[in-house]
Amino acid sequence: MSSLVAVLVDGVAYGMLLFLSAVGLSVTLGLMRFINLAHGAFAMVGAYLAVVVVGAGLPFLLALPLVFVVVGIFGIAIERTAIRYLYRRSALEQVLFSIGLAFALGALANLIFGPQQQGILTPAWLTGRVALLGLEITSYRLFLIAMGAATAIALIYLFEHTLFGARIRAAVDNRRAAEGIGIQVERLFALTFGLGAALAGLGGALSVEMLGLDPAFALKYLTMLLMVVAIGGAGSIEGSLLAALGLGTVDALFKYLLPEAGGFVIFGLLVAVLLVKPAGLKGRVA
Amino acid sequence: MSALNPISHGGLSKPALSFNPITPLIFAALIASYFLFPNHLALATQILVLMIFALSYDLLQGHAGIVSLGHAVFLGLGAYGSAILARWGFTDPLFGLMAGASISALVALVLSPIVVRGSDFTRLLVTLGVASLIHEAANRMRDLTGGADGLADFEVAPLLGLFAFDFEGRTAFLYALIVFAFVYAALWRVTTSPFGLALRGIRENPRRMPAIGSPVARHLAVSYLLSGAIAGVGGALLAQTSRFASLDMLGFERSAEIVMVVTLGGTGHIAGVSIGAAAFGLVKDALSTVSPRYWQLGLGIVLMASVFLARGGIGGLIERFCRFGRRA
Repeated sequence: MSSLVAVLVDGVAYGMLLFLSAVGLSVTLGLMRFINLAHGAFAMVGAYLAVVVVGAGLPFLLALPLVFVVVGIFGIAIERTAIRYLYRRSALEQVLFSIGLAFALGALANLIFGPQQQGILTPAWLTGRVALLGLEITSYRLFLIAMGAATAIALIYLFEHTLFGARIRAAVDNRRAAEGIGIQVERLFALTFGLGAALAGLGGALSVEMLGLDPAFALKYLTMLLMVVAIGGAGSIEGSLLAALGLGTVDALFKYLLPEAGGFVIFGLLVAVLLVKPAGLKGRVA
Repeated sequence: MSALNPISHGGLSKPALSFNPITPLIFAALIASYFLFPNHLALATQILVLMIFALSYDLLQGHAGIVSLGHAVFLGLGAYGSAILARWGFTDPLFGLMAGASISALVALVLSPIVVRGSDFTRLLVTLGVASLIHEAANRMRDLTGGADGLADFEVAPLLGLFAFDFEGRTAFLYALIVFAFVYAALWRVTTSPFGLALRGIRENPRRMPAIGSPVARHLAVSYLLSGAIAGVGGALLAQTSRFASLDMLGFERSAEIVMVVTLGGTGHIAGVSIGAAAFGLVKDALSTVSPRYWQLGLGIVLMASVFLARGGIGGLIERFCRFGRRA
């Protein structure tokens, strides 16, 4: 019984990791309507950056905000130079551009760091175990759960209760009217895209410990992130949280109870949800 | 899709569907390569398979307007289908082609209800999800598919009982060339038929087509089925000529690759897509012998640039060239 609870904690921690990485994609996909298949690549950039700066001696906890800011700036730079011209183009062109970006970044990582797996040094207090309610839980898992919960609350607050959030929603619903009342949509979109990239980078940095890191990371991870967004419904923070936690726990449970089923259950779940609810659990109907 | 997207357009009025002078040139070049590069027939055969695969995906994306990130599934199913049947003793190559086509068509039939409905975004996700599912299934069923090692222990009987597959790959090349010619002709016929025009109509304006009595969902389902079947033929051909079937034949990278090939070739333009696939296959072979890393980097850069620069792809260039020739 207690091992089942431990598996569930594992699943929730994995789910929070997925949420952290996927929520930025949900925002670009759902609110900005840009199909960003390079999102996993942003996560990869964050992961490599974290490995490098932690390797150079920066404390893990300081590396995280650094990664957040640097990948965010990188995202804004890409948005300003290329992506802003693609908002009005077809889904296919967005797919092509972003896959191209993902391939190029993956190849660059391969050139710079080589094809081997990278590890990250996490501080001792994160690798230990904590006794909680009679259970031994890795403190890294607890840390992930806390990070995920804090990010979810912050994002829901940002999008639902601040002027920034209101402006974003206005700009998405009616760009022309939003511009008409003086909202600087261009700047708003650049910032939002940067926020999405920054979150991806943070998620990537946090995932090195659990998932490992190599140049194939960008595309491997992307499938999982797209599934979170698809099941949760693009553009909904709560949806992403629900879907990520659901996927995480289902994945952990089946790995524990029925290992042969493997990835099957997850993908089966995706197809089932999309059959019943094509827009996802909490999706806005386009 | 709005009229602002020339990449996804062949355009209804453009002569993209007409039998243009490029077609005989393509076949002349293919036949010539048999005599000019007798030592590279294996590569040429692989390129023919890529051309068939590209044409099959072009029917879907270029004509019906359905984007998919999982088309390699049908290539892989065809490859595994024919390889597994050959292991069971059904070694006749033509039978293998039929079987590959049937298996892929069957799976496409099952999937078509999910793919036909929904927006571009849900289609991308569903096709990606289903592809991951099938990839995982193939990986799990080690007894049947050989898992990560792939299948290599199967025989292929002589073609028509007469022409054995030789080490130089001459039979394989000519066989692939004939299959390609059939696929090319069949797709040319299909896309210029009323059905093909209806597909283009649906792609241009899915809301208006039902109003003129066009059964949109059924047309899209048929195109998906047909496209899957042709990809299955390509897969069977690939397995037979390379004596190998493996997981990467139905992996995500192949699916992503074919989206690029078709777009660079010029969606909706059969000759352009064929040339694009051939060029892609050659460049990929040349670059990946240098370094697979540089290949991926170059690929990424070309892709990003193509969205901004090469509108209409190679097919678009051909059209412009032909129009220029006519005017002069």
